[in-house]
Amino acid sequence: MGNEFKESIYRAVNNANLTGALAKFSEAYKSNRAKAYEGIDFEELRGRIAELKSYAASHLDELSAQFQQQAEACGAKVFRTSDPAKVREYILKVAQDNNVKTIVKSKSMATEEIHLNPYLEKAGIAVGETDLGEWIIQLAGQTPSHMVMPAIHMTKEEVSDLFSKEVNERLTSDIPRLVKVAREKLRPTFLAADMGISGGNIAVAETGSIVLMTNEGNARLVTSLPRIHIALVGIEKLIEKFADVATILKALPRSATAQLLTSYVSIITGPTPNPDGSMKDMHIILMDNRRSEMAADPKFKQALQCIRCASCLNVCPIFRLVGGHVFGKVYTGGIGTILTAWFDELKKSEDIQGLCIQCGACKDVCPGKIDIPDLIMEIRRRLVQQQGVPLLQKTIYAVVNNRKLFHGMLRAASVAGRPFTSGKFIRHLPLFLADLTDGRSLPAIAEEPFRDRFSRIKQPKCKEKAAFYAGCLIDFAYPEMGEALIRILNKAGIEVLFPLDQTCCGAPARYNGAYEVAASNATDNITALLREDVSYVISACPTCTVALEHDFISIFESLGLTERLPQARLLAAKTVDFSTLVKKLVDEGRLSLKEGQKLGKITYHDSCHLKRALKVSEQPRELLTKAGYELAEMFECDTCCGMGGSYSLKLPEISAPILQRKLKNIKETGAPTVAMDCPGCVMQIRGGMDQDGAAIKVRHTVELLAEQVK
Amino acid sequence: MYEQFKTRAEAVSAEVCRFTTKSEALEYLIGFLRREGVADTPQASALWADCSFLEGLDRDTLRQVAGVKFDVTREGASQARFGISQMEWALADTGSLAQNSTAIEQRLVSSLASIHIALVPTSGLLPDMPSLLVRVRPQDCRYLAMITGPSRTADIERVLTIGVHGPDRLIIVFVDELGGTN
Ligand code: SF4
Repeated sequence: MGNEFKESIYRAVNNANLTGALAKFSEAYKSNRAKAYEGIDFEELRGRIAELKSYAASHLDELSAQFQQQAEACGAKVFRTSDPAKVREYILKVAQDNNVKTIVKSKSMATEEIHLNPYLEKAGIAVGETDLGEWIIQLAGQTPSHMVMPAIHMTKEEVSDLFSKEVNERLTSDIPRLVKVAREKLRPTFLAADMGISGGNIAVAETGSIVLMTNEGNARLVTSLPRIHIALVGIEKLIEKFADVATILKALPRSATAQLLTSYVSIITGPTPNPDGSMKDMHIILMDNRRSEMAADPKFKQALQCIRCASCLNVCPIFRLVGGHVFGKVYTGGIGTILTAWFDELKKSEDIQGLCIQCGACKDVCPGKIDIPDLIMEIRRRLVQQQGVPLLQKTIYAVVNNRKLFHGMLRAASVAGRPFTSGKFIRHLPLFLADLTDGRSLPAIAEEPFRDRFSRIKQPKCKEKAAFYAGCLIDFAYPEMGEALIRILNKAGIEVLFPLDQTCCGAPARYNGAYEVAASNATDNITALLREDVSYVISACPTCTVALEHDFISIFESLGLTERLPQARLLAAKTVDFSTLVKKLVDEGRLSLKEGQKLGKITYHDSCHLKRALKVSEQPRELLTKAGYELAEMFECDTCCGMGGSYSLKLPEISAPILQRKLKNIKETGAPTVAMDCPGCVMQIRGGMDQDGAAIKVRHTVELLAEQVK
Repeated sequence: MYEQFKTRAEAVSAEVCRFTTKSEALEYLIGFLRREGVADTPQASALWADCSFLEGLDRDTLRQVAGVKFDVTREGASQARFGISQMEWALADTGSLAQNSTAIEQRLVSSLASIHIALVPTSGLLPDMPSLLVRVRPQDCRYLAMITGPSRTADIERVLTIGVHGPDRLIIVFVDELGGTN
């Protein structure tokens, strides 16, 4: 990661205005959004959107041609090009041919994508943004920090300073007054403008219509008052059918701003009369700029299902800390990373793709049903393909990939680490052989790893057998979790096997784009875990479970290693996470918990991979409640804890504040214990609590339940 | 449907009322304009765009009684405080109004004035947007405008503020006599 980039992060996380505004907004957003979607089957709705947008993405050429034909039949001029330079030239030519002096614009990301304003201004044409947020940042000489709320990073005081200069009058920071000032100042600009430029939220091929949505009403003026109207539309905005406009409009405002509908929606089909009685000179530019290439890419085609609601930004735990500027100038957040990699160039996404912690929050809310985290992983993989793995990481993977060497080093570390041990924690854990930073203590490497303890565990002989996949953290840092798991399964009449040649699940390599290494890890583990005939392969680490159940398959698929797929699928079918299996055993009456226990308050933290990749959230809660705990839910229980594997090592400046929020939310429940199903989260949160000094116990559900089985 | 519409529209700060007859509606309208200080001076005048509500009414009397003008120009609209127009449809599930706004006059009075008074035939109530979109042919309805509450922004510190570029008040007047009884 470049220094400049690290500095921009530093500036952002230390900008109290920015983080304050974003935090406030994102907290309110979640419940407002839920309310806006009340009574609507979101899954059904986004299924339809994904389908119609995906159809459009597969038929960009046909739809563009149909749109052109329809719009031209209505009298609009349609210009299609793939080249941003041609777009700029076309607009300038129309302006110059018509002696245009001033232009008013309503918000359009496509014009920002091609840096239209500076180009026109250089040619001597005045360009005025009219969306209030865009106008503010235009006055401030900045770039938008959010796709829907461009000036969310600015305070009312900063805005009043800007406006005061504009109107030559000392204004207070009274917001309604500032808004009035903007209205009064911009009204003459609207009335004087010779040309209006808009974007388009949707373009309908069947009818040649464009759809514009605003809350302020500026798009209505931009498309009504000036005699010329140019709409710049990226071809990903095309849909086939007019009726489908309603489908998209059902989701877009709800997802964007938690509104049922924006104040104004205009559906424009060809030129309309001007105030002076003449007809509007209407131009629509359909811009490709690599969108067709994207559509032809089997992986990235789905990114064209985006309807630009920005909800992926609003729920992102990273975005709410750093805001948009860290991401770049135009498209921000998760989807912005993907669009930047394409519309700009892959290299430009090198730093920002690293911001994604893979928590999956965006994927859950995306109305276009885009697997944003997966696409970011794909960017990572392609970057690694293009540029290779950095040397240090290469060394690490070489180690991780060699089980004997890796495990040997971990053992050595347990000895080497001991001098630094303070109580249960040490300051340096060579788990991924990297330096760690402050904000949290890390566990000592266990003196005796689980794999060594296992042979001494006495188990009853049972007919049914399960293989335990420990993962590095339980094996080498938290062996007691593994022991607890065996105790529980034994009670249910299941004998636990521990195939010794299991190795790292490959997640560290995969999350860093090193798919070859991950594939080799996958192959080793499949061989080890399928050697004996077992009913289940159980893991108490959700990241490992996801690897066994999903990632091995997708890695083989993306590397074209199809011959390995049948075995990977076999393993996936047997794999189950701890809480799901135990819940099943309890429901089947094979396992009982002590009755009538009163264990007091507990709060539960949802691990990202468990909740969103494995869709497991109720099982551990039901088990803990059944055991006698009284569940006190924390605020944002399913927001990431900031661990993200090696993420916390690479971006501690982001990971640390995310952890602090989590600790605060845990403490506010007043529960003396917090439970979770992931050893990685335990490591992060226990370390944080330790530094914080709060007397709150941080436990894996497996440990808590082992105490309560009969 | 009317009740649902009213709830939804009021939730986004629109003001909603309903009358059985045109003359009741007219009486309310004139009273409203007077209360709000309509006058033939800049930023106080009222501009009424052509619509079926006006059929059979004596415009001269209206001019005298309420200081209303009927010749909609861009200059006139930018001077007007009140804009009056008739919207054809109302969407119950979002509290929105919709109109074929191809004629520029319709847009001028509803976008430049600071108070927009929208007359709506009660029969124009529809359940939702899909039922509107099957009714219009975009080729014959070049500018389909939907309006949901007054103009708003939250661009400064996320504080919801009413009235940026469009009207800061939206008064919706349903008139049963204009057609139907929904
Ligand atoms: S990717 Fe999905 S959530 Fe993000 S802006 Fe696009 S549609 Fe909205």
